[in-house]
Amino acid sequence: MKNIVYILLIVPIMMSSQSKISGIIMEANEKNEPIGLPGANVYWLNTSVGAVTDIDGKFSIPYKKDYTQLLISYVGYKTDTITISKPEMVRHWLQPTDNLDAVTIKSRKQATSKSYLQAANVFTVSSDELLKAACCNLSESFETNPSIDVNFADAVTGTRQIKMLGLNSPYILIATENIPSIRGASQAFGLSFIPGTWVESIQITKGAGSVVNGYESIAGQINAELVKPTTDDRLFVNLYGASSERLELNTHINTKVSDKWHTGLYLHGNTHNKEHDVNDDGFMDMPKYNQVNIMNRWQYTNAEKGFVSFINLKFLNDEKQTGQLGFNPDTDKLTTGVWGSEIDTRRYEVSAKLGYVNPEIPYQSLGVQTAFSSHKQDSYFGLNQYDITHNSLYANAIYNSIISDSRHKIKTGVSYTYDHYDEFVNTTAYERTERSVGAFFEYNYDNLEKLNVTAGIRIDDHNLLGTFVTPRLHARYTPWEKSALRASFGRGKRSANIFAENQQLFSTSRNINIVNTNGTIYGLDPEIAWNYGVSYLQGFNLFGRKADITLDFYKTDFKNQVVVDYENPQEVSFYNLEGDSYANSFQVELNYNVFKHFDLRTAYKYYDVKTDYNSGKLSKPLVPTHRLFANVSYETKKQDDGQHWKFDATYNWLGEQRFSSTETNPEHYQLSDKTPTLATLNAQVTKVFSPKFEVYLGGENITNVRQNNPILGADDPFGSNFDTTFVYGPIFGSMYYAGLRFKI
Amino acid sequence: MKKIITVLVILITTVSFAQNKNARASMEVDGVCLMCKTRIEKASLNTKGVKSAVWNVKTHELKLIYDERKTDLKTIQNKIVAVGHDTKELKATDEAYATVHPCCRYRDEAVKDDHKEGKENEHDDNDSHNH
Repeated sequence: MKNIVYILLIVPIMMSSQSKISGIIMEANEKNEPIGLPGANVYWLNTSVGAVTDIDGKFSIPYKKDYTQLLISYVGYKTDTITISKPEMVRHWLQPTDNLDAVTIKSRKQATSKSYLQAANVFTVSSDELLKAACCNLSESFETNPSIDVNFADAVTGTRQIKMLGLNSPYILIATENIPSIRGASQAFGLSFIPGTWVESIQITKGAGSVVNGYESIAGQINAELVKPTTDDRLFVNLYGASSERLELNTHINTKVSDKWHTGLYLHGNTHNKEHDVNDDGFMDMPKYNQVNIMNRWQYTNAEKGFVSFINLKFLNDEKQTGQLGFNPDTDKLTTGVWGSEIDTRRYEVSAKLGYVNPEIPYQSLGVQTAFSSHKQDSYFGLNQYDITHNSLYANAIYNSIISDSRHKIKTGVSYTYDHYDEFVNTTAYERTERSVGAFFEYNYDNLEKLNVTAGIRIDDHNLLGTFVTPRLHARYTPWEKSALRASFGRGKRSANIFAENQQLFSTSRNINIVNTNGTIYGLDPEIAWNYGVSYLQGFNLFGRKADITLDFYKTDFKNQVVVDYENPQEVSFYNLEGDSYANSFQVELNYNVFKHFDLRTAYKYYDVKTDYNSGKLSKPLVPTHRLFANVSYETKKQDDGQHWKFDATYNWLGEQRFSSTETNPEHYQLSDKTPTLATLNAQVTKVFSPKFEVYLGGENITNVRQNNPILGADDPFGSNFDTTFVYGPIFGSMYYAGLRFKI
Repeated sequence: MKKIITVLVILITTVSFAQNKNARASMEVDGVCLMCKTRIEKASLNTKGVKSAVWNVKTHELKLIYDERKTDLKTIQNKIVAVGHDTKELKATDEAYATVHPCCRYRDEAVKDDHKEGKENEHDDNDSHNH
């Protein structure tokens, strides 16, 4: 950037009575030839007295006895300070530099950014976005995100389920730092096992996603990047308290161990031990729980050699208790006196990553990831017992390089997975081992302008799913400025963990009915689906402010699915799909920067999710056909000391949702066909006192909207009509919270 | 065994005399914005033998990795000059310079000022400008 700041030259500094010194600033070269640098800044340290070099690199600057330190700076060169002891001619050579810490470009990053360039439909949720709501854990961090729906799985366990493209979380591959992590036994509660403060950013991919992370993703991929010892605060404390008497504490301690090693210790604890029953149905509106969650990370960085490595250790202990008021586990467990439930989870994780980037050839890199986890859940729900132990091993090696030039990138590698499940359901034990070895190849073509294509394929050999090929394709085309037209298709395959993924069925009196077809997983076949999508993003200016609009249409088409059939209120059936099952979703999203620091995000979503059940083609229960979403955020201008306010509000409107059939129940236990519509409002105010300290105050569901009778048959929990799965809205009503964040 | 070692030694020495497949170089190329970046990098990559080209908007430095057996810096510079960007040694012809987008006229002071550092610079990750 050789900007010659003529303005400075035009306004000569009027200091006529003083002497001047002059000099020449040159660009360092091997022979030290006097090639002048025009436009370099020359000024006396801690003063406003300065000059800019002219076209030949020459300058002259007022001189006083007490000016001794002369600063010479120029973009792209190292800033030098030279000592001037007497007023004589200055000749100085500036050294070019790569590191531009002297330059700061002021631009305000969007909290959620969409890419105009990537082939896949990815948007990144930054930590700023995550701070818009007090997301205590990952399951609560999608509150301000229009692409992901969050709802309660049942009326007793307080578990939040997420949905994308109308499909619930088992169809989304959820990874932490690109290692698939919320799967198998942790499917139901795993999102609440990742504290919000540990999350650095989240990448959400709609559609099939990359083949690099495996074959299981169908609706999309969510990847959470965690905070890293080298970049996280040395000390971070977050305290949170809510009107429901929920308390949380997060502490991060990061320290440098040596030149190359950094370590971080992350502690999270949350507790809630009060019985609430706002709707007077005799059941707690939310469980009592205690969670302790510890992570220790080690990061090794050797820039010279090009190595970076992470070693992570995690431990989690989570205890939940829910059910009727006054339930005492010591005396009431598994009796018909009082209905209650306990869910105890213990999880250990060890993971390691090693990355090598060739320092000579930056486009060549090699990465190896391994992860081991052991997950044990012991639980009972009324008279239903459910225990699961899941040990899992994952290993993945990726090699990145180019073909001929950097417009043609390739990723290739191999992966290995091992999963062992031990389950105990009431009186039946299920045990299975899954093993797979796979190889993948992904090619990316980027012509640097209009076109970007990622084509991936993987082949896996799995002991229960067989040998199969997974193709995935993503393409982005830019027809004109600020636009991105995307298309993607891909295939996904997975084994359905019918109990772990549908634990809400245990909090009912339904009989479990598996229609056995001699398949390899609970007698059922693996699920196979194709996902197709198109998306169009257009940025534009409205009244001189930035705006963008996104239109998405995605279709997921199941070739085989393990159908979860609630249509008979006395039972829940699992059977292989016969006929069609699809999920169509359409979304339009509009983002607008109304005025400086005031952003508006709005979205409308339409879902058409239908399955051929044994009783006919029906839309999926508890999926709203229409949904509206709006989020506004405003920040006041930062003062010099960093003080400012942040305001956020999120509005959600859900259209009617279908209840699964209750026709055969006695009239007293019959529900309508459809749920009422529902609108909720959340808001939060944050006062930032300084970069070190901030306080926030917020409310969830401010308008106090409640589903009045979320539990069917609450009056007779051991009768044949007891069911807690007919939940479409908030149970507890409004909740207020406050918290603080302190960092050094 | 001895033979093999001898052959290997000979091979290794010949390799070290051979031209570098991954030669690295850096040169200064004039330009002002992300559109220039695309133009410069494309021109470089369109030279057979260039494997990677990264141009830095702020420092004007173009970092190259190329195969010395297939091309040399002179050829690459000619390609860059042909799309209208000046390098330290070579200046683009007026015809070539005229082909760059009007807002990329890096020789024009007003345009340079437009792209000054420290300005509220709201570039997206696309190549377009906010005029």
